[in-house]
Amino acid sequence: MRPLLSVQGVAKRYGAHIGCADVSFDLYPGEVMGIVGESGSGKSTLLNCMAGHLAPDAGQVVFDTRAEGPKDTVTMSEPERRMLSRTDWAFVHQHARDGLRMGVSAGGNVGERLMAVGARHYGEIRGKATDWLERVEIDAARIDDRPTTFSGGMQQRLQIARNLVTGPRLVFMDEPTGGLDVSVQARLLDLLRGLVRDMGLSAIIVTHDLAVVRLLADRLMVMKSGRVVEAGLTDQVLDDPQHAYSQLLVSSVLQV
Amino acid sequence: MTDQAYNFAYLDEQTKRMIRRAILKGLAIPGYQVPFASREMPMPYGWGTGGVQVSAAVLTPDDTLKVIDQGADDTTNAVSIRTFFERTAGVKTTTRTTDASVIQTRHRIPEEPLTDNQILVYQVPIPEPLRFLEPRESETRKMHSLEEYGLMHVKLYEDISRHGHIATSYAYPVKIEGRYVMDPSPIPKFDNPKLGDMAAIQLFGAGREQRIYALPPYTQVVSLDFEDHPFEASKADHPCGLCDATDSYLDEVIIDDTGGRMFVCSDTDYCAARQAAGFKGKDAA
Repeated sequence: MRPLLSVQGVAKRYGAHIGCADVSFDLYPGEVMGIVGESGSGKSTLLNCMAGHLAPDAGQVVFDTRAEGPKDTVTMSEPERRMLSRTDWAFVHQHARDGLRMGVSAGGNVGERLMAVGARHYGEIRGKATDWLERVEIDAARIDDRPTTFSGGMQQRLQIARNLVTGPRLVFMDEPTGGLDVSVQARLLDLLRGLVRDMGLSAIIVTHDLAVVRLLADRLMVMKSGRVVEAGLTDQVLDDPQHAYSQLLVSSVLQV
Repeated sequence: MTDQAYNFAYLDEQTKRMIRRAILKGLAIPGYQVPFASREMPMPYGWGTGGVQVSAAVLTPDDTLKVIDQGADDTTNAVSIRTFFERTAGVKTTTRTTDASVIQTRHRIPEEPLTDNQILVYQVPIPEPLRFLEPRESETRKMHSLEEYGLMHVKLYEDISRHGHIATSYAYPVKIEGRYVMDPSPIPKFDNPKLGDMAAIQLFGAGREQRIYALPPYTQVVSLDFEDHPFEASKADHPCGLCDATDSYLDEVIIDDTGGRMFVCSDTDYCAARQAAGFKGKDAA
């Protein structure tokens, strides 16, 4: 099987400071990869390099495109990369308001990606938006309300609907449950797990919450100071951490 | 008579040269916003400084100038700009559309079809059609260069979801020759169909925003819409109260405090010409 995303030797520096260095891994179709580590360990830098928001200083990010097969997204032209990021890729921000248009209704938010790839039939766009609001458990009657009137959990679910409406194959998630209370988190995780399984999505999830990766991720990478210190199957890394930092991370979780 | 303290049409020759280069570039790439070094003009921004600079750059001593403001020749903006060019360029001025070779307009296209020896100059407040959706200039430029216009339809989608129909009634976005999305300046959408396939050259000047764009003659202009909510050029459903015209864009005028109102042509020259030809509306004296 060919990997959907193949990352080789990605590095990003901020002056003398290392953002992330020498990161390599393969992600296969349908697989969910978790990236954990403390604040400042380079998780978000790495994610942004992979999603094309930052240009890495070195390395390749090869994506298996539908039309032309594996292609390095770092060196591909900007129109191509932006096309990918509104069709085959999705990016879920930690703060829903970074990923939503707060002045546009929920339906418009979900429909934007459809219109960006050429949908020009109002009825169909609205039908799809309604369908997706229901799939993320938002009452379809709220389709014309602005996200400013939504709760934090609803905003996050709306952001997910807006991203998944074009049927992407790879989802980047940056702390998708950050800032939500635990019961809302649990519901969101449940929803995400269902969507990932149903749609056969591949995903890369950056988080500092080990419970999130335990539930969602098949494989796990632990980052510290911009480097990957340990990688493996999620349960293996969490139950039998080998690196001193992974051990510290796992033992830091409060048991209630 | 020209005030000798000024160069012909107020601007110095190097400035006019710079503006003409921007105009030529705009004509070569229809709908593309060409940045230009907009000058301070002796009038406030918002009064047509962009249009005035474009007019100054295209005027020749043999030209006949007409200036309209919302279709009318006799409102403050029109009168002051007309006087400005009478004093600084000494060109002939007229209020008759057919006699003019250069027409500077604020927010209307004359009803009389224009010909291939006329130039129509628009005053533009905000040249960027995507501005109220995306505030970053760096981002809107990228969207234009990559033809990412999905956001424009989000605006129309919002209109329909809120009002049941496309409620945008002026500055209605258009697509030029299948490429650039352009703000036609705040003309009513009734005028949008006249933008395309026009014999005259159309120039757009935005002074404060420092942009010039243009439509060469006979350019394809398509108003954006949805398949199930097509574009409609709308106007008040009345005949003109003075000249009885049913095909012209109308202004609603409140005439007393008991709900009385009348509808009159916004194009004063068109209305006057029809009245002179004997047409008479129900409110005509």
